[in-house]
Amino acid sequence: MGLLRRDLLLAARRSSDVVSVLFFFIIAASLFPLGVGADPALLRAVAPGVLWVAALLSTMLSLGRLFAADLADGTLEQMLLSPQPLVMTVAIKTLAHWLVSGVPLVFLAPVLGLQFDLAGREIAVLTVSLLLGTPVLSLIGAIGAALTLGVRGGNVLVAVLVLPLYIPVLIFGAGAVTASAAGLNAQAGLSLVGAMLALSVVFAPYAAAAALRIAME
Amino acid sequence: MSKINWFKYSSPPAFYPLAGKMIPWFSIAAALLIAVGLYISFFVAPTDFQQGEAYRIIFVHVPAAWMSMFIYLIMAGYAALGLGLNARLSAMMASALAPTGAMFTFLALLTGSLWGKPMWGAWWVWDARLTSELILLFLYIGYIALQSAIDDRRRASRASAVFALVGVVNVPIIYFSVKWWNTLHQGASISMTKAPAMAHTMLLGMLMMALGFWMYSIAVVLMRVRCVILEREREAEWIRGEGK
Repeated sequence: MGLLRRDLLLAARRSSDVVSVLFFFIIAASLFPLGVGADPALLRAVAPGVLWVAALLSTMLSLGRLFAADLADGTLEQMLLSPQPLVMTVAIKTLAHWLVSGVPLVFLAPVLGLQFDLAGREIAVLTVSLLLGTPVLSLIGAIGAALTLGVRGGNVLVAVLVLPLYIPVLIFGAGAVTASAAGLNAQAGLSLVGAMLALSVVFAPYAAAAALRIAME
Repeated sequence: MSKINWFKYSSPPAFYPLAGKMIPWFSIAAALLIAVGLYISFFVAPTDFQQGEAYRIIFVHVPAAWMSMFIYLIMAGYAALGLGLNARLSAMMASALAPTGAMFTFLALLTGSLWGKPMWGAWWVWDARLTSELILLFLYIGYIALQSAIDDRRRASRASAVFALVGVVNVPIIYFSVKWWNTLHQGASISMTKAPAMAHTMLLGMLMMALGFWMYSIAVVLMRVRCVILEREREAEWIRGEGK
């Protein structure tokens, strides 16, 4: 709990990092109407995918924050040495990452959904799918961040490693919104995203902890 | 029958000469099998009544696609061994397998798109199989990129092993997600499962090619692992004797 408070406090003190990632999300999503044209029907069709891809990219951009600062000032080494299991430490740090960079996306998405002319139902589904999906992004991202910790060119490398692993979340998250727009039941997609959340909550911290140990040895 | 101590060959100094002795045999087997397979596929196998002669690319396409997936599994297996037992040679085998696997994945995609153009009228469709094969290529590239980005050899092989294992957990998830996603959209999906029942000679040709690709992969991977051994063990005493 202390660790969670510390991580959130650190993020609050360096709020410009957090805010710039959020603005990246907004700007990236706003570029698409300018690029593909402002036809409302077209925008409605591409909105789920565009917003999800923007969420993927902005989560990925913020992954560097997860361990890098702690590595730089030596805190991470102390965390590895501390009696608390590393898996718990990783899980709490990932939770803090999600609270800082995932939850704001969930709140921003409905506003951006309005820009894309989505109806109320789709916006609701989009919000729920992001609420379920963004923690998965943080959890899988933690593995990538731990693997590329302190590696030269790590920022680009983390994209190459993590984005392919994000594909299932993207497919079902955006798929749920598309399904509800087509008048189908969105529950199937949402359930699958929820299943991925359950799986990654259990397994991803272990993989990330193993990767951290390898990075620090 | 004297008992052979197989574990002896898990040490690079013992494996290096053994691999050197095995390479010619696997190379010859690969050349023979691929030659026979190509002969069958070009001259013996009948012309397909729907697709004409263009279908013959199947003899390269399908074995390459098989290999791309098998090699990933084997690579992940070696990676797990290297990570779990801290076995140097397993880690080296995993890194030697990756480029061959990536090559077969690319070959499968390339032949697929060459085949797709005359048959479907498109170089690329977002079909389930194509997409999951593409993601497999991304995973190989990620593995190779991670390994080459880390200078410390030991850390490089251990970190990429974790990535390979995360990837192998994800492969079924990716495969099914792509498959279900595709059925939602209903694209042009002509898949192997719907292919017309195959003539025996076609199947034979394909098996020959697949076996030939196996032999080729083994030969090439052994060659590459010898290079990797030399590179990583260059400080070791036994290599000086090997060079003479």
